Amino acid sequence: MPLLIRLRRILPALIALSPTAVFVFGIFLGCLIWTCVISFTSSKLLPNTDFVGFAQYARLLTTERWIVSVQHMAVYGVAYVVGCLVIGLLLAIFIDQKVRFENTFRAIFLFPYALSFIVTGAVWQWLFNPSMGLNTALAGLGVAGLDLGLLASPDTAVYGLVIASIWQGAGLVMVILLAGLRGVDPEIWKATRVDGVSPAKTYLWIVVPELAPGILTSVVILGIAAVKVYDLVVAMTQGGPGLGSEVPAKFVMSLLFERANVGLATAGATLMLLAVLCLLAPLLYLSYFRRGAR
Amino acid sequence: MGGRHVVSAVLATLMLSSSVLAADLTAEVMHPWTSGGEAAAAKVFADQYEAAGGTWVDNAIAGNDAQLAASISSIMGGTPPTATHFNTGKPFEELVSAGMLRDVEAIATEEHWRDVLPQAIIDAITADGKIMAVPVNLQTENWLWYSKEVFEKSGVAEVPKTWPEFFAAADKIRAAGYVPMAHGSNSFWDRFLFQKVLVSVAGPELYLKVLADRDPAALKDPKVVEAFETLGKLRGYVDAGSPGRLWNDATNMVITNKAGFQIMGDWAKGEFAAAGMTPGVDYGCSLFPGEEMVVMSGDIFVLPKIDDPDQTAAQDLLAHVLFAKDTQLQFNIKKGSNPIRNDVDVSSMDACAQHAAAVQAEPGHLVPNPQFLMSNDMLGAMADVITKFWNTPSMTPAEFATQLQAAFESAV
Repeated sequence: MPLLIRLRRILPALIALSPTAVFVFGIFLGCLIWTCVISFTSSKLLPNTDFVGFAQYARLLTTERWIVSVQHMAVYGVAYVVGCLVIGLLLAIFIDQKVRFENTFRAIFLFPYALSFIVTGAVWQWLFNPSMGLNTALAGLGVAGLDLGLLASPDTAVYGLVIASIWQGAGLVMVILLAGLRGVDPEIWKATRVDGVSPAKTYLWIVVPELAPGILTSVVILGIAAVKVYDLVVAMTQGGPGLGSEVPAKFVMSLLFERANVGLATAGATLMLLAVLCLLAPLLYLSYFRRGAR
Repeated sequence: MGGRHVVSAVLATLMLSSSVLAADLTAEVMHPWTSGGEAAAAKVFADQYEAAGGTWVDNAIAGNDAQLAASISSIMGGTPPTATHFNTGKPFEELVSAGMLRDVEAIATEEHWRDVLPQAIIDAITADGKIMAVPVNLQTENWLWYSKEVFEKSGVAEVPKTWPEFFAAADKIRAAGYVPMAHGSNSFWDRFLFQKVLVSVAGPELYLKVLADRDPAALKDPKVVEAFETLGKLRGYVDAGSPGRLWNDATNMVITNKAGFQIMGDWAKGEFAAAGMTPGVDYGCSLFPGEEMVVMSGDIFVLPKIDDPDQTAAQDLLAHVLFAKDTQLQFNIKKGSNPIRNDVDVSSMDACAQHAAAVQAEPGHLVPNPQFLMSNDMLGAMADVITKFWNTPSMTPAEFATQLQAAFESAV
């Protein structure tokens, strides 16, 4: 009898979830597999089933634009994630000092995250514009010798992207870590005060390690955003100057339609999926295997 | 009024010949024309089609890529539009070979399209001896649009006709405190600039050897190397804000007399027109230095195969209306391009359009742009190398040639 009762209890849930399951397995997984299969064909404008083995991957890995795209993604990803974590953590600690108008500050810091990358990109593209942005504003104030025309040179354009996206993403990290800080046992603060440990050391050695799950979540969210960054680049630099800020997602998009090479584009997309899976692996490990072991 | 009668007569013949007597002539047409002048041009098609008895369903999708993507997915998904826009050249050939498009040979023969079309266009839209698309315009890409005020204030009396004159004028403009060349640098527009400089410095024969035959020896020809050097020299005449700038923002620099000139296709006229300026009067146009030529691109409409006699009749009528002399003239006045057929009286068009029409009528003076000569994939691979060269002043013409060759070999 208990089995039947249990079945009856979960039946509505099963029915409610089945459309989701169809979507997840039929559409998401189906499209992933299709993309992967097409990457082994010679597809150009129209997808076909003329299998050519790893030929698309071989071409991809010898294409300069792809290679520099991956390098840019790595530089961008590391700087973006680290930058967001550091600034987000500092903002969270600042707000955790029981400041007045906490809600207002929190809203202001989180506000950029509500903007799309397209808007963020457009705004920062103007700010960095060498002939009308921050550069001219600072020169007007008499500050000379500070070159903020980051987007005008292929060597620095990626850092322009990094600054814009840290501005956009730091608030999210702040919110996640602030929730963590609020969960820290107040007894810890009392104990360290008694022992005469400075607040800075307490944060660094005791509180921050407590925040590990929040930090990990942030790294995964930001890391995936870094792998698939596309709209920010389109709005800010269009991949330029030259190939100075090309990224893998933009490579895939332009190969798909503008350059009508679906095979090569899907090969790039498949490699991006692998990168995302690598980022997700630690989270999956923590949430399934470690919990099971406990 | 006479035209209207001819239209109805032809329509009647078409309808009788396909034995459709009361067809529903609703045409859904996909195109990427959304900006002011472009939308006005598309409306000419719509009005003419409705005047001929059809119903026009406009499906404008902003952005060439987005429109191409939408066309492909709707054709492959089995719900094709009655007609959809492509650029003249290679890209649509794959749809043709996949058997997804119908031909317009019957109408083309009946209306003698081959007698009035440039040979390069006929070649580009013919497969297995049949015309597979409706060409609607011919765009001149190699214009030098210039600000008369900036030229005057910089002491440039004459529009440069040779490259040495060109650089002398650019130096004067810079000395007078203006940006000589308005340019929005990205891979597309850097490639655009490259092909104009190549044909102008090296001449059409070498241009075709490099881009059509992709002959490695041609890349080492002294005239081609000179073209690469000229392109490299041009880097010094743009401002620091150039990377990533939109082409129409660059045009605006000429409109507002901040820059001397811009190298851009005839669609730039739309921006000038929006500012209330008349070509040849308020601003100048000149074909590229060297022997005058017209580097062309163009728009075509393709007709997907649809198993529905009504749609087939609508496609027939559409092909007829879009290609008609009257439509051609009105459409191209709005679009800023030139009629695709050489029997249209262009005397009512602006001075620049008339000049282009005169130049392209001379034999051998109409040069296809690289879209006619290579796949989009190869165009893109080439553009990557060009934009790198443009933005890397330390890169030599020899390195540039080597990497171009590699790009040609890697792409399909």
